[in-house]
Amino acid sequence: MRTTADQVLLLARRSIVHTARQPAAIVFPLLFPMLLLAVNSGGLRAETHLPGFPTKSFVAFALAVPFIQGALFATMNAGTDLARDVETGFLSRLSLTPLRGAALLAGQLGGVVALGVIQACFYLLVGLVVGVRPAAGVGGVAVLLVFAAMIALAFGSIGAWAALRTGSPEAVQSLFPVFFVFLFISSMNIPRNLISTTWFRYAATANPVSYLLECVRSLIITGWNGEALLLGFGIVTLVAITGLSLAAYTLPRRLAR
Amino acid sequence: MDHPNTIEAEKLVREFKKGPRAVDGIDLHVDAGEIYGFLGPNGAGKSTTVLMLTTLLPPTAGTARVGGYDVVHEGPQVRSRIGAALQEAALDGLMTGREHLRLQAALQALPRNERAARADELLERVGLTEAADRKVRGYSGGMKRRLDLAMALVHRPRILFLDEPTTGLDVQSRTALWSEVGRLAREDGVTVFLTTQYLEEADVLADRVGIIDHGHIVAEGTPDALKAEIGRPTVEATASGPDGRAELTEVLERFGTLVPSSRGVAVRLDAGEAGLADVVRALDAKGCSVANLELHQPSLDDVFLAKTGRSLEGHGGDASEPE
Repeated sequence: MRTTADQVLLLARRSIVHTARQPAAIVFPLLFPMLLLAVNSGGLRAETHLPGFPTKSFVAFALAVPFIQGALFATMNAGTDLARDVETGFLSRLSLTPLRGAALLAGQLGGVVALGVIQACFYLLVGLVVGVRPAAGVGGVAVLLVFAAMIALAFGSIGAWAALRTGSPEAVQSLFPVFFVFLFISSMNIPRNLISTTWFRYAATANPVSYLLECVRSLIITGWNGEALLLGFGIVTLVAITGLSLAAYTLPRRLAR
Repeated sequence: MDHPNTIEAEKLVREFKKGPRAVDGIDLHVDAGEIYGFLGPNGAGKSTTVLMLTTLLPPTAGTARVGGYDVVHEGPQVRSRIGAALQEAALDGLMTGREHLRLQAALQALPRNERAARADELLERVGLTEAADRKVRGYSGGMKRRLDLAMALVHRPRILFLDEPTTGLDVQSRTALWSEVGRLAREDGVTVFLTTQYLEEADVLADRVGIIDHGHIVAEGTPDALKAEIGRPTVEATASGPDGRAELTEVLERFGTLVPSSRGVAVRLDAGEAGLADVVRALDAKGCSVANLELHQPSLDDVFLAKTGRSLEGHGGDASEPE
């Protein structure tokens, strides 16, 4: 039981159990995106009549949004938990064990990724129940789950960095509105080419979140779209590398050993 | 190479940015199996010293060896030999006591088949068997402290650091913890480095005491030796009637220096304990009517007062104040 992999598994398990014991940490990321999906699908259904709208089903179009929202919720919860570990001294206790820093980070993020995938399965299931059939088929669903895992990893690493940098759960939670602004100034509710307000179209085009949404959307609505997949996976990989690098850089200072 | 369970520090310094020297060149030597009490008020440098000795904070200058290993260059070896319960009980409120111990056992690389038994053994030892499967957020302060101690012991460390382990605990929990710490040193031969701001704790538990103030060790030795070096016992007499005080004062001041007393008349005996018999004889010869006569041994607070010009009593308020 001396390997890093074992340590990662133990800490990922703790992260999942930890989340499972906070009902709000599970229910909110599952229900809130679904409520928003229901509201938007009801109110914005008329968009499907716009020329050039990519699908007849607004639910299919909007189903991409919960993937990002859910990942944000999971990320905030994970970041808050890690910050609380710093605050309570639990991280110092872990520092006194032979635990490797990389294992700590990977374990924490492993839990976030697992929860991100569980949430993605739930959103897909809801989509199937209301009649959405992913255009990319079973293979597309598998890619979608991998993508959901990567989104959770990428955002989770940013949350972990914020937690390690500040050591304050409140500071981590204050990131949430910032992430949400990115979500709203994106192609969340309408395809970029149909946004008539120029500044908003530019903002949505410059916003990386748009490409994450469009990657998910392509698998659900249009099938295999190389450009959308490349942009989505490319951006999420870039965010993950940046977040992990920042977190890995900050971790040794926080472990202070 | 032999690695004794000792703690040594030489000219150890920790300076914080834009702050004073929290620890200012202290020398320490703690023998194997010894309980060393590190006594001082809030902000004296106790916790900073512990953080350096446990490898959690690098020293600004000086050297320290714990278990024979250098705390800066041989951190993993140091950590493998020590257990630590730091100032705040570092626990996860959403996990149970048993889960804490099993996680700690796994991270400390105990064989898989030993972990559950070790957790059960420690839960029993610290009296938490019945509460083992309850979430820690429902534990009392004393229960958290005991679990914290159990976690520090999971991997059977030979050296134990306890940073103000009984601060904020009720008398019963404090006594139980003292008993367990004493047992660890006596029966298991564990070296214990214990910081405290409680005079009684240092007096009862420690084989030797180091008194730290403003980052300097101002006195060191066994509690008895320190008290013998500094203080002489005080005899305090209370008169039976309202008019007896003047007579008592007249007799007692012949045997030493008068010291303040709220109940009667007290004097620090020039001749030490041996002078008590003479005091009794003198009171009898004078025909004083005495309701109560007590001999007070000098306390570690007298030592602190003599070394720093301040009293430690009354400083032990809020232990959560960072150092």
